[in-house]
Amino acid sequence: MNIHEYQAKALLEQFGVAVPKGVAVKAASEFEAALAKLDGAGGYMVKSQIHAGGRGKGTFTNGFKGGVKFSATKEKALENANAMLGNTLVTAQTGAEGRKVQALYFTEAANLGKRPDGRDDEYYLAILLDRATSRPVIVASTEGGVEIEQVAHDTPERITKVQVDPAVGLQPYQARQVAFALGFKGELFKQCVTLVTKLYRFFWEKDCAMVEINPLLVTKEGRLLALDAKVSFDDNALFRHPDVVALRDLAEEDPKEIEASKFGLSYIALDGSIACLVNGAGLAMSTMDIIQHFGGKPANFLDVGGGASKEQVTAAFKIILGDPNVKGILVNIFGGIMDCDIIAQGIVAAARETGLDLPLVVRLEGNNVAAGKATLAASGLKLVAGDSMADAARKIVALVGKA
Amino acid sequence: MSILVHEKTRVLVQGITGDFGGRHAKLSLDYGTQVVAGVTPGKGGQVFEHAGHKVPIFDTVAEAKRQTGAEVSAIFVPPPFAADAILECVDADLDLAIAITEGIPVRDMIAAKRAMQGRRTRLIGPNCPGIVTPGRGDKSHGGCRIGIAPGYIHKRGRVGVVSRSGTLTYEAVWQLTSKGHGQSTCVGIGGDPVNGTSHLDVIRMFNEDPETEAIILIGEIGGNAEVEAARWIKEHCRKPVAGFIAGATAPAGRRMGHAGAVIGGAEDTAAAKIRIFQECGIEVAKTPSDMADALLRVWKP
Repeated sequence: MNIHEYQAKALLEQFGVAVPKGVAVKAASEFEAALAKLDGAGGYMVKSQIHAGGRGKGTFTNGFKGGVKFSATKEKALENANAMLGNTLVTAQTGAEGRKVQALYFTEAANLGKRPDGRDDEYYLAILLDRATSRPVIVASTEGGVEIEQVAHDTPERITKVQVDPAVGLQPYQARQVAFALGFKGELFKQCVTLVTKLYRFFWEKDCAMVEINPLLVTKEGRLLALDAKVSFDDNALFRHPDVVALRDLAEEDPKEIEASKFGLSYIALDGSIACLVNGAGLAMSTMDIIQHFGGKPANFLDVGGGASKEQVTAAFKIILGDPNVKGILVNIFGGIMDCDIIAQGIVAAARETGLDLPLVVRLEGNNVAAGKATLAASGLKLVAGDSMADAARKIVALVGKA
Repeated sequence: MSILVHEKTRVLVQGITGDFGGRHAKLSLDYGTQVVAGVTPGKGGQVFEHAGHKVPIFDTVAEAKRQTGAEVSAIFVPPPFAADAILECVDADLDLAIAITEGIPVRDMIAAKRAMQGRRTRLIGPNCPGIVTPGRGDKSHGGCRIGIAPGYIHKRGRVGVVSRSGTLTYEAVWQLTSKGHGQSTCVGIGGDPVNGTSHLDVIRMFNEDPETEAIILIGEIGGNAEVEAARWIKEHCRKPVAGFIAGATAPAGRRMGHAGAVIGGAEDTAAAKIRIFQECGIEVAKTPSDMADALLRVWKP
């Protein structure tokens, strides 16, 4: 689960991490009061709150450039805020349709320190799971404010990784390793050790999937500040963090995905024309692949789980049919334990209930498959049976036409 | 032979009194698997009955092992309690804990995996379909089925199958069986980012198993476990291997059902993994329908 920057910073502050002072707003009527709470001597930042990166370089569909703006005066901050709130921001991560900005975050602009070469004094700090070792890893770099993937590619020697042994947790020497690697001395060194320690405690206690501070900044006054923060949580652990669940913003999620999750379906919309309905995540991914292999384009990922009951298939058809790009449906069920005939009856009932009139190819395999195929054949529906995944994929691509 | 489990393996089921665990305990008994004990804290002394089988239930894994000689556990415990169930197996020094449970918090698995270091117990999963070593009876009856796979699609034979995913494994197994080729053991290692046994661990076991002549390795996007296995195969594996990678059409940054199936970097895409498979001499199935045929292009039984 993802949260907004302003929410992430509020949580980090609770754990003692220093962040620029800020106020979040959701309506233009709140702008003045919010700005009045901040010290604007050094100017303000106006930051669009959406669950996607690349905001600063994004463009609004109304032509306004930049989802994150420095504003020297209160008047300028108001002007920028009015151009952002309620409008749609397109960034490298939102897709072409962009994301509607429904909240803004005003912060005091930090007084950026400079390095001897004149660059801003910015760093990178993150904690996430290292899959290779199954341990948390702290990733730190002297190169902040840029994409860490780019740093990893161009100057990997500027990235330090510290693995944490979960049996004992983060040790002081490890926090010092990070601070040394970032080149801090004196007071800043101490601040960095404290920051790393607090950040790790936050990561572990809150079941984070990832915490990323980019950039981590040194101000002219010699303070370490988390200028931007991205936090995501392990969905499996949300049951023990009701405070985190309360931060969920459904407006940032695809309504079809939310609807699907109510029926135990895992659905992700894609931009093709052939919908698929499959049991099992691995088989669902490969069904998308085989559609593409034969020249079609998948409209979604949809895993009905191990079951595939009539209720689930009906809900799945409704969600699929809500996508206007869908021109045909491929159902691929490996009914290992379940009786294929019961699955077939569910498909027929769901197709009738939803008044399905798009091309439908069904590939059933497994337990009692002959009876299942007979049920499909006797249904009177205009469906086509596929014998194998390849056969079914070829048939639906032929019916819908190549992408 | 086979790997990990065989016809005589004595199995206990943690969570046998739940719907999910109970249903699959019955299917395993029907398949002829030696399900000798159930474990549900607080229900010790009860009996799980099915079709003439009477399976005693114990309060603890240690007690179940002591009384019945169970060596392997199938874990169907709900996610908040599943890591605890795994560690109870470790404490009882079982050979194998097979965690079927989907949705265990990553932090719990990080801690559990650390606590398993240097201990006797091997973990398969979590979030996996389990293991099947097919039997020699009709529709492979008499084998060892631990988990949720349909037993009857198997056939005893000489192909080892390892995969993260359940239904994709069944697809491969069914293709093999339909063409008359059986399996030595089929292992589902699970779709989570932190799991007990990797593709490579299983490939090493297949390489050493005299009954296994050829291997199907099924992977997906996310992580580098398939790449690690492929590089080892290139250097050390004496048996023909066919592979498939699911997720060629998955967009970056979106999690595809399995918690581990998300593209994070350049090296964990399907295209990168397929290229490395090819470089390592693994015959790549072009589509999921081609898995058995891909193996038969490099293995002449």
